[in-house]
Amino acid sequence: MPTYPLYSDPHADLHAASGRALDEVTVAATVAGEVTLDDLQIDKAALQAQAEIARQAGYAQLAQNLARAAELTVVPRAEIIDMYQQLRPGRSSHAELIALATRLEDVYAAPICGAFVREAAQVYLERNMLRRPPAF
Amino acid sequence: MTNLLRFRALDERDINKETFVEPWPEAGLTVADSPYDPQPSLRIVDGRVVELDGRLEADFDTLDTFIARHGIDLTVAPEAMALDSLQFAHMLADINIPRKTLLRLATGCTPAKLVDIMRHMNVLEMMNGLSKMRVRRVPANQAHVTNRRENPALLAADAAEAALRGFSEIETTVGVARAAPFNALAILVGAQTGRGGVMTQCAVEEALGLRLAMKGLTTYAETLSVYGTEQAFVDGDDSPWSKGFLASAYASRGVKVRFTSGTGSEALMGSAEQRSMLYLEARCLCVTRGAGSQGVQNGSISCIALPESLPGGVRAVLAENLMASMLGLEVASGNDALASHSAIRKSAKLMLQFIPGTDFIFSGYSAVPRRDNMFGGGNFDADDLDDYAVLQRDMQIDGGTRSISEAEAAEIRRAGAQAIQAVYAELGFPTISDAEVEAAVVAHSSENMPARDIVPDLAAADAFLAGDRSVMDVVAALARRGFVQTAENLLTMGRQRIAGDYLQPAAIFDRDFVVKSAINDPNDYNGPGTGYRVSGARWDEIANIRQAKSPRDFIADRLGLPIEGLDPYGPAKRGGHTEVVVAIGPAFGRIITQTIGGIPHEEVLKAVLTGIAEEGLIGRIVRIWHSSDCAEIGHVGAQLSGSGIAIGIQSRGTSIIHRVDLARLNNLELFSQSPSMTVETYRAMGRNAARYAAKKITTPVPVTVDNWARLRLIVKTALLHRKETEEIRQLPPEALRFDWEPEV
Repeated sequence: MPTYPLYSDPHADLHAASGRALDEVTVAATVAGEVTLDDLQIDKAALQAQAEIARQAGYAQLAQNLARAAELTVVPRAEIIDMYQQLRPGRSSHAELIALATRLEDVYAAPICGAFVREAAQVYLERNMLRRPPAF
Repeated sequence: MTNLLRFRALDERDINKETFVEPWPEAGLTVADSPYDPQPSLRIVDGRVVELDGRLEADFDTLDTFIARHGIDLTVAPEAMALDSLQFAHMLADINIPRKTLLRLATGCTPAKLVDIMRHMNVLEMMNGLSKMRVRRVPANQAHVTNRRENPALLAADAAEAALRGFSEIETTVGVARAAPFNALAILVGAQTGRGGVMTQCAVEEALGLRLAMKGLTTYAETLSVYGTEQAFVDGDDSPWSKGFLASAYASRGVKVRFTSGTGSEALMGSAEQRSMLYLEARCLCVTRGAGSQGVQNGSISCIALPESLPGGVRAVLAENLMASMLGLEVASGNDALASHSAIRKSAKLMLQFIPGTDFIFSGYSAVPRRDNMFGGGNFDADDLDDYAVLQRDMQIDGGTRSISEAEAAEIRRAGAQAIQAVYAELGFPTISDAEVEAAVVAHSSENMPARDIVPDLAAADAFLAGDRSVMDVVAALARRGFVQTAENLLTMGRQRIAGDYLQPAAIFDRDFVVKSAINDPNDYNGPGTGYRVSGARWDEIANIRQAKSPRDFIADRLGLPIEGLDPYGPAKRGGHTEVVVAIGPAFGRIITQTIGGIPHEEVLKAVLTGIAEEGLIGRIVRIWHSSDCAEIGHVGAQLSGSGIAIGIQSRGTSIIHRVDLARLNNLELFSQSPSMTVETYRAMGRNAARYAAKKITTPVPVTVDNWARLRLIVKTALLHRKETEEIRQLPPEALRFDWEPEV
């Protein structure tokens, strides 16, 4: 288990989700065009480590959020924004939310997020927060 | 009705520009105790919440369901809910009960339970609790940097200055939504120029905010707003689940978030459901924690005037902050919107967060003038920066900022403006001219900036947002143009995303770019001698505001060479009945040569002697060596005076007319307002002394009363008196010959 802060722990062996090692992300490499925005993408393992740190410090809900986030690291930027939009009230049908949950589970191996969306789908159904025909 | 002038004067006061109303619970206009608020309750069956604050599961709204599923630790809940609320309040206020104990218990509280605990606490106890429950050991502060013209050079310069002043976070927003990417960019570049590690955000619509963060243009997000009723939540275009997902989306890119809530928002949105503001806020906080946000911006925020219109409003706002910190949430504690027309009221309100210290005392402090603040004006703004520095110095409190010199400010403002100029040039954005840069360096507000065509800026901002370019292109642009340190700082903020350390509660980066959070810098306050104390270099920094000067040469301009022609000629004796003794202090006219008001002692003597002569008497000068006390100088002078009348004059100019038969601390006339005295006052003093000597009817000399003089001049007064006292010798009064004759 790496020690906090991971950034300064030489044993943390930090690298981006792209596989790029932290110490390769330099200004020179950026100027040379060798590193890109994807090389700043936090890796699933690092987020899981942060989730564990939060959990051990007594911040259980934050840990759960970071666990969801760890699953979402593999979801492309544009799609993650779309997913959020679908979850906003009145945006999706029940079936669409279930499809979103399934996609999270099957395509992105994100069971925690999938369960979270399924829970939302049920509550939206009960509380009339699914997509409705336009009022006028 | 009788028209009382005092009431008309009161009517004109700033405080009476505000609105004060009586509580009206049905409209949500009650801060902490609506009769419609539920009693705390929690029933758990087979690990499932079946009743929450008096509501059965079948009747749960979305918030109840979310809180029941995510917002309460059901293993702790039975113990927490069974604990008497009064005892809970005691534990919060008690410095001997550690933060950890309360954190654990609070995880098992329902919203109504949290409010019930607050009900037992007064503001002092809440402040005590807050100083203990604050997440991070060291308080910090956030700045707002915006301007009406969305001028990028000014945004960058102001952000750079705010960073140098010590703000740990800087938030901007937009007048025109399309300006968001460029405003975010300007404060990012400015902030990283001012100090590496200052976090920046741009308050915009949620999805847009996420896009900005994903491009690396912001380093945290704060305005993830939550509301305490279902209807207000939906009106805010979110549900607890979508907000929770959004929090995870940010974290999945290594970006910190805090949610935002606050008393009054539901009433303002017309859907308070008859509940008190504090109860609805407690619901918000349970949702916030349940969603996994590390923290919250609360303390009524932009709605502050609403709770403030009601009795107990400011107390309730403090209660909000305390409830949040109990739940382990980082608290950015408001003070961000205009809280009052009255400087007294706005400052008093601030004290409730300033004295205990919160994770961010302001969220944020307007680092720009009020008219440039696009968040609706700050409670404190750029014009109050020196006031705020002095408050920290007065109370030895770390308010998260420091005083900087004009030269430092100029240098960093130029660096910030030039950096954004370089980025614009390198990335082909509309040119920022040298004239704009120079204007931004000296500008106080956007009124000092040349006009800039916003149309091409917005078009370029649209293209930038839509395209593939990101913070990496900005880093490269800065590096190519020689802004190496800013480039390095920008990239380091990016590199920090890979580690994710600043996702932990209350994380900031200190001046060494090291993360400080609940994990490695938790608040360990447990009473005197524990927790964060302002000391060492930080205390020196707070103490040494830019206006502070050495008092050692404070009175140099009042010292000088002895008056020519004023010479001693032996011990003073009692004289004839046509004289008035002019008794002067030990330093008068020899070490100290001007009064505190800058009148040369020579002129003082000439004026007094002239006045005496005008009434046909003679003034005789005597130096008192054994005392620097004005009454004693005058009193001893009167003992030596043949007429029994003497004028006593201290070197700083304070004077007295004394009579031989009066007690030392009594007098005929006392001139204690030495800074307001003129040559004519001294002359009139001479005339009156002579008239007393001649036993004529005498009207006291009119004196100007300036009650600010003591406030302005007290250090000088003390030092002049000290100087005079240093000159005391154990010698008898000495006769002086003054080689000058009054012309009468």
